[in-house]
Amino acid sequence: MTGKRTRLAVGLAAAAVALAACATNAPQDTLDPAGPYAEKIDALFKPVFWVATAVFLLVEGGILYILWRYRHRKGRERIPPQIHGNTRLEIAWTILPAVVLAGVAVPTVATIFDLAAEPPGNALNVTVRGHQWWWEFRYTDPEMQVGDNLPLVTANELVIPADRPVYLTLESAGSEFGNGLGRAVIHSFSPFRLAGKTDVIPGKTNHMTIQADEPGEYPGQCAELCGFSHGFMRFEVDALSPADFDAWVAGQKEEAAAPSGIAGDLIASTCAACHTIRGVSTAASTAPDLTHVASRDCLAGCIFPNTREELAAWLRDPPARKLGSFMPDYNLSEEEIEALVDYLETLE
Amino acid sequence: MASVPVPADTPRGLLRRPTATTGFWSWFTTVDHKKIGLLYGFTAFLFLIVGGAEALLIRLQLARPESTLIDAGTYNELFTMHGLTMVFLVVMPLSAAFFNYLIPLMIGARDVAFPRLNAFSYWAFLAGGLVLYSSWLLGGAPNGGWFGYPPNSTTDLSPGMSFYSLGLAMAGIASTVSAINLAVTIINMRAPGMSLFRMPVFIWMGLVVQFLLAFSLPIITVALFQLLFDRELGTNFFNPAAGGSPLLWQHLFWLFGHPEVYILILPAFGIVSEVLPVFARKPLFGYQFVVFSGIAIGFIGFGVWAHHMYATGLGPVANTAFGLSTIIIAVPTGVKIFNWMGTLYKGDLRFTSAMLFAIGTVTMFVIGGLSGVTHSVVPADYQQTDTYYVVAHFHYVLFGGAIFGLFSGFFYWWPKMFGRLLDERLGKLHFWLMMIGFNLTFGPMHVLGLQGMPRRIPTYPEGYGFDLWNLVSTIGAFTIAASILVFMWNAIGSFRKAKDAPADPWDARTLEWATTSPPPPHNFDEVVTVHSLDELWHRKYAEDESGKVVPVQAGAAPEDQSHVGGHGIHLPGPSYYPLVAALGLPLVGYGVLYGWWLSIVGAVVLLAGLYGWAMEPGAEEA
Amino acid sequence: MAETLRHEASHDTSTGLPNTKLAMWLFLASDCLFFGALIASYVLYRGASLTGPYPNDVFDIPYTSVSSFVLLASSLTMVLALSAFQREDPARGRLWLVTTALLGLTFVGGQAYEFTTFYREGLSLSANLFGSTFFVLTGFHGAHVAIGILMLLSLSAMSFAGKLPGDQSFPVEMVGLYWHFVDIVWIVIFTVVYLIPTPNPT
Repeated sequence: MTGKRTRLAVGLAAAAVALAACATNAPQDTLDPAGPYAEKIDALFKPVFWVATAVFLLVEGGILYILWRYRHRKGRERIPPQIHGNTRLEIAWTILPAVVLAGVAVPTVATIFDLAAEPPGNALNVTVRGHQWWWEFRYTDPEMQVGDNLPLVTANELVIPADRPVYLTLESAGSEFGNGLGRAVIHSFSPFRLAGKTDVIPGKTNHMTIQADEPGEYPGQCAELCGFSHGFMRFEVDALSPADFDAWVAGQKEEAAAPSGIAGDLIASTCAACHTIRGVSTAASTAPDLTHVASRDCLAGCIFPNTREELAAWLRDPPARKLGSFMPDYNLSEEEIEALVDYLETLE
Repeated sequence: MASVPVPADTPRGLLRRPTATTGFWSWFTTVDHKKIGLLYGFTAFLFLIVGGAEALLIRLQLARPESTLIDAGTYNELFTMHGLTMVFLVVMPLSAAFFNYLIPLMIGARDVAFPRLNAFSYWAFLAGGLVLYSSWLLGGAPNGGWFGYPPNSTTDLSPGMSFYSLGLAMAGIASTVSAINLAVTIINMRAPGMSLFRMPVFIWMGLVVQFLLAFSLPIITVALFQLLFDRELGTNFFNPAAGGSPLLWQHLFWLFGHPEVYILILPAFGIVSEVLPVFARKPLFGYQFVVFSGIAIGFIGFGVWAHHMYATGLGPVANTAFGLSTIIIAVPTGVKIFNWMGTLYKGDLRFTSAMLFAIGTVTMFVIGGLSGVTHSVVPADYQQTDTYYVVAHFHYVLFGGAIFGLFSGFFYWWPKMFGRLLDERLGKLHFWLMMIGFNLTFGPMHVLGLQGMPRRIPTYPEGYGFDLWNLVSTIGAFTIAASILVFMWNAIGSFRKAKDAPADPWDARTLEWATTSPPPPHNFDEVVTVHSLDELWHRKYAEDESGKVVPVQAGAAPEDQSHVGGHGIHLPGPSYYPLVAALGLPLVGYGVLYGWWLSIVGAVVLLAGLYGWAMEPGAEEA
Repeated sequence: MAETLRHEASHDTSTGLPNTKLAMWLFLASDCLFFGALIASYVLYRGASLTGPYPNDVFDIPYTSVSSFVLLASSLTMVLALSAFQREDPARGRLWLVTTALLGLTFVGGQAYEFTTFYREGLSLSANLFGSTFFVLTGFHGAHVAIGILMLLSLSAMSFAGKLPGDQSFPVEMVGLYWHFVDIVWIVIFTVVYLIPTPNPT
């Protein structure tokens, strides 16, 4: 019968949503906000969701009741009264939803402007650059710089101090046709538990503010189709306690030790064409900054854990590990890979 | 083989018109709106199977975390083609099928205003679909999403997105031309006495849809040309290095894209508005409100487009404006639900397959509509947009709404079109399988989206909470596929039955049931004179002194017209030229990619088709 | 067309307007949105071109004013053509139709000369943003004019060969509607693109 099955479906759906809110293994769960900018969204969504659920139950329940109550019963051949309408009722059921929606509109508009407001004065400034298919982070505040007007540059992981707003400037990196280094296309920076998403658009600069209330790891990923490896363009926001953050900054500012032997030759001849390793080569920065690569949890758009095996696998054949990778297969020998991994592991 | 008589002085050669109106080859030259409707319907159903197969591949890939079944590049092509197919090659032409078949019948006309233009629309649509699909064989299918955002779509070196521009432009020409044709038909060719407010709601929704098409398609046509020119001619419309903006595309695309979703749903709303009254045995509750809300949706629909762009950084003022307009449009949309409830209330409800699907449309659209309202809460949309929550929303309104509505139309009008009824038991099996499968597929996507699963990703890592619901969703998708197989079995089986369906098997209310099943080529033996809304019903039933509804005594019930009438009725004759003209279009398109000489050949073919069309003689009456 | 026109004669439509006339108006309304999107793109990108040549570098307003006047005059001759057919003087009507076509050809020829000059000065479809928006907008308009010229000449030929049945003024009126529309669009383009100044970027 129409009634039972649909009631079951309704019950399942409600339970599912409730379950989702309690999910323990859902690190990008927007229903479990971890900072004020995500909390404001959640505080608006949840009441509206419950209102929508109430409307759902009323309307669908009403329909199910009508279907059951007025079903044709055998032996009762009748043509019901030909009611054409009821103007007053129809006006009422036009005005009532409008009133409910007006009630929804007011906090909606307030939150739009609240989220768009200038950040507090103590905000940390970071420029986020979306590349095909990784995220670059540039810490531009004077106290974060590593040289004359040189921002601290990292990739894949956005390390921030907990309980402090972070004002992001969002840009798209790359050139029109890529020249082997990535095309400038639209991406979307989506940190889920810390804030809603904002698009990264070539030729336009966007801004957003995020904040993590507690130290922890908050994964996110690109949310706008940007080519082959759009699905492999992830990042992680690492929130550290103020003391830990200061220690991290101090560590990051240090230059890398020079490589020697096979690793040194390779880096000079090949890697430096795209990668910066401060203290060794700053000739190019079209690929992730590797100065402190060993201090990160993940690699290659945050899709592989940062282990020896994964690093070696990447060096062995990058396009095989990530479709469309602009780092080509250099046909490195196992000896060369060993040497490189040994060196890169020292770059804490 | 039936044929149309030709005057004695008909020229020979190129301008000699075909005469056959039955037989295999007659399908290529037909200008009969009913046959064109069937062509649209059959073609669209084939595309439904292809688009569905693409969906099943997507769901197979997503069933398990970190799957490597399908590589990322192919995956991008699959979801792009799935979306393009379902929107442009399935729902739109299925709606066109119903409009083509039914509009003249429901308004008491013999054909549409421009029968050969009607044929041209079908062939141009087919050309567009085939050009789009030829991309799989010619270097790769479009891979930039159905929404094709530049710079990704303009700077991708594989040819797919050029096929996207060309195929959609051709389909757009087909729909624009058809929109003008059907709008003129509805406005100008109604039977005597059928004032605008005596038209069935299906016709009203049809009229709004034709205007939406005529005014939104030109906008995307401009955008498609800009995209094509950026790709093929080096223009700079979306090139920031020259001062262009990728956002211009988004604005133009969504200025079309939002009215498009109303184009997709209003036909289904029209079908539901016809089916519910028939199987509740009482009129639509609040005809005028339903009509006016449809018109309101049409107008307001042009004012909400940037709600697809909340995360692009338009600023709080723009986001507020579009948030408010989107909240407002929920009102006329929601009101219809109450009108349909009012129609069922105190009715005598019979749960035929057509009725089940209509109820399914209403109940599933409520869910999709409510998730749409949560989207209009702009900050919430900052989390929802580009996640599976949006995928859930639009599948609830497009599949739960439009597709269910179209299936309701199939079951309802099948006897009228083919002279046989579809099997009711198979219909119910189809309905329940589809209902369960559909909810299993798309219900969990609400959860997945809120848990942070973005769209358009070929796989997801373990440990993010996405595993279970993706698997459930895949199981649901295959259940849907099973239900489609049941429908195909039902459809094929129906043709083995005798062609003996009565003119009015459902005891319906509108004029198409006043002629035989299927109708003769000329639709009605005599021109109908209309005295009220639900004209047919009022010919069959009246109210006695106590207000009870009783059948009318004197035989006004439609009789099965056993004689093939039509003497003295002038029907437009078949023609080759719409097909010839339509053939020019893909040649012009391919020429853009492979050499201008081919475009010139195409232009010549198109012109030849148009000149032949203009110059060929009419067919005389017997 | 013959059978469409025969249908038209009866005028037993719900509105009293012939189908073809209603269709032409709807088509022109639709075409308004086509040009609207093209003009909006041009306006939104006005002054946004990062490199030259810029409008002030290439435009010759007096020259374009003359060709605009030619197109405007062609609307006058179009009206004269229709009037002649309505007076059942098809010979004179054809004369004015051909004149309209020739004036249209002059306009298109003038644009061809103008665009080749621009091209030699470095403005092409791909040279910069201004070239893209300008040539695509005026190019689509020129294509509309060309189609109109084809229709005018075809009508004249068909009238001459006796292939226009019944009331010949009706198809002439339909083509006239289209021709006037194309002319009005040009007035808008001329004003927005040529007459409203675009300052060179500093």
